[in-house]
Amino acid sequence: MPGAIYAEGLVKTFGDVRALDGVDLDVPEGTVLGLLGPNGAGKTTAVRVLTTLLRPDSGQAVVAGVDVLKYPNEVRRSIGLSGQFAAVDEYLTGRENLRMVGQLYQMSGRDAKKRADQLLERFNLADAADRTAKTYSGGMRRRLDLAAALVVSPPVMFMDEPTTGLDPRNRQQLWEVIQDLVAGGTTLLLTTQYLEEADHLAHDICVIDHGKVIARGTSDQLKARTGGERVEVVVHQSDQIEPARSVLAAYGKGEIAVSPHTRKLTVPVTGGAKLLAEVIRDLDTRGVEIDDIGLRRPTLDDVFISLTGHAAEQAKADEAGPTEADRGRKESER
Amino acid sequence: MTTTPTSEFAPRARRGAIAQSVVDSLVVARRNLIRMIRIPEMVIFGLIQPIMFVVLFTYVFGGSIKVGGTISPQAYREFLMAGIFAQTVTFATAGAGAGIADDMHKGLIDRFRSLPMARGAVLTGRTLADLVQTALTLVVLAGVALIVGWRTHENIGKVLLGFLLLLLLGYAFSWIGALIGLIVRTPEAATSGGLIWLFPLTFISNAFVDANQMPAFLRHIAEWNPFSATVQACRELFGNLPPGFVTPDAWPMRHPILASVIWSVVILVVFRTLAVRKYRSATA
Repeated sequence: MPGAIYAEGLVKTFGDVRALDGVDLDVPEGTVLGLLGPNGAGKTTAVRVLTTLLRPDSGQAVVAGVDVLKYPNEVRRSIGLSGQFAAVDEYLTGRENLRMVGQLYQMSGRDAKKRADQLLERFNLADAADRTAKTYSGGMRRRLDLAAALVVSPPVMFMDEPTTGLDPRNRQQLWEVIQDLVAGGTTLLLTTQYLEEADHLAHDICVIDHGKVIARGTSDQLKARTGGERVEVVVHQSDQIEPARSVLAAYGKGEIAVSPHTRKLTVPVTGGAKLLAEVIRDLDTRGVEIDDIGLRRPTLDDVFISLTGHAAEQAKADEAGPTEADRGRKESER
Repeated sequence: MTTTPTSEFAPRARRGAIAQSVVDSLVVARRNLIRMIRIPEMVIFGLIQPIMFVVLFTYVFGGSIKVGGTISPQAYREFLMAGIFAQTVTFATAGAGAGIADDMHKGLIDRFRSLPMARGAVLTGRTLADLVQTALTLVVLAGVALIVGWRTHENIGKVLLGFLLLLLLGYAFSWIGALIGLIVRTPEAATSGGLIWLFPLTFISNAFVDANQMPAFLRHIAEWNPFSATVQACRELFGNLPPGFVTPDAWPMRHPILASVIWSVVILVVFRTLAVRKYRSATA
């Protein structure tokens, strides 16, 4: 049986650009699929096709058991969409926004009002309910937008980069909301450029680039594909790099990378935490003073780079928030 | 099954298509009216321009423009008002266009399109709200016109029919605006795109001068201009035709009320069809 979100061979071209170039997706009911890719990879186009906003050139899609191309209006009854922009009317209050959406789902005025009140409470917006959305902070607008997508508790949700541009605290809050939703049985397709986000929220991950799915699997499977773990050591003084290198040589399964400026040595290993303990003891015995040591498993960033040949954020340098800047620094250190 | 929503707040069973269309349109209209109340400067600026036209045309041109057989300030004043009223209602085009373009720009159209709404309801709601604004504008404008000396000379039924024709024209034109708003993407472009072509349209007409005095080539355009039919109809219904006015031979000028209705309905049907089609594939 196909999943709650199912797509086969989706193709969509805009002029010469193949935004979707034969995308297949299958998201089992009650799970989260993270659709991962750089800007322009086709993530948003995929979401727009699945939410009936855009007709594909070819391919087929079934959402919540209904054919998207044949019965778009039936699909719209079973989905919620929270897009890249907080799509709320800034001159309406939070309450008015939610009531309007409820009524447009054909709720009665009374039900729409009741539901709006519930959602305002749940999303921590009750105090701001009667202020226009214009006065809301970015995080509050996102929460209101998400609340609007949840007015009918749709069984299938689509979120297109739900946390882009949010500060870490607001992002954390939104993650908690998303986790609650999924715990309640909602099927979710989530696009993101934050590999950390996909790692945190998604059961399955689909990496997409140039309109094609280039890898899929769980986060662990993708990491395993990229390569094993590494030990990273930062020694206290430059003259200790050589002794440290000879210790690592005994444990390493490959070439040792040395960065003299940061006094950092990196070596691929197998053996996990137990091996790390041995390395530490050995370094201590030889009198090598260390500032930092750790077992580093590949992150989804590593996966991404090895799959696409470029980092997820590269295409997005112009939109660097604080966390992206941090990540950027980490990238350049490597 | 995946299609079973998980709460009591499930979308209702389908209403009849027409009932749903009406309800959805009213919900959207209400939203746009709330916006108008919260952004009153939009309504106020919409009023200033026609009031300025009333005052300027009345006092600057009033004594020197020949209408019908006479040059008389009072005759021109009465002749002028139907033209200004008609021009004012067509400016609803810019409002509808800017509103729709703004909704596109902010992603609201995407939200609406992902909801199980009636197809044309977002646009109908917008144009209905504009109709309310147009009606308010006309009331204020008629008040100003009375102050500067405009009078009607027919019974109230005919006068009201004249205003109905004006509202119908304004409603039809707001659908042109809706289409422009869906095409241009930014509110600024929609405002200017909704206005520039209105100037030649409303000036190459019988709105401000007696078309009989134009060169033949312009006169034909003016007589068949959809806009002129409504102006002529209102002049007849208000009893504002100047003394010695010779009704042109062109069919729309001979049957202005019918011509006005036909033109407005044709514009409405054509542009509503185009706008709703465009809406269904709209991409922000």
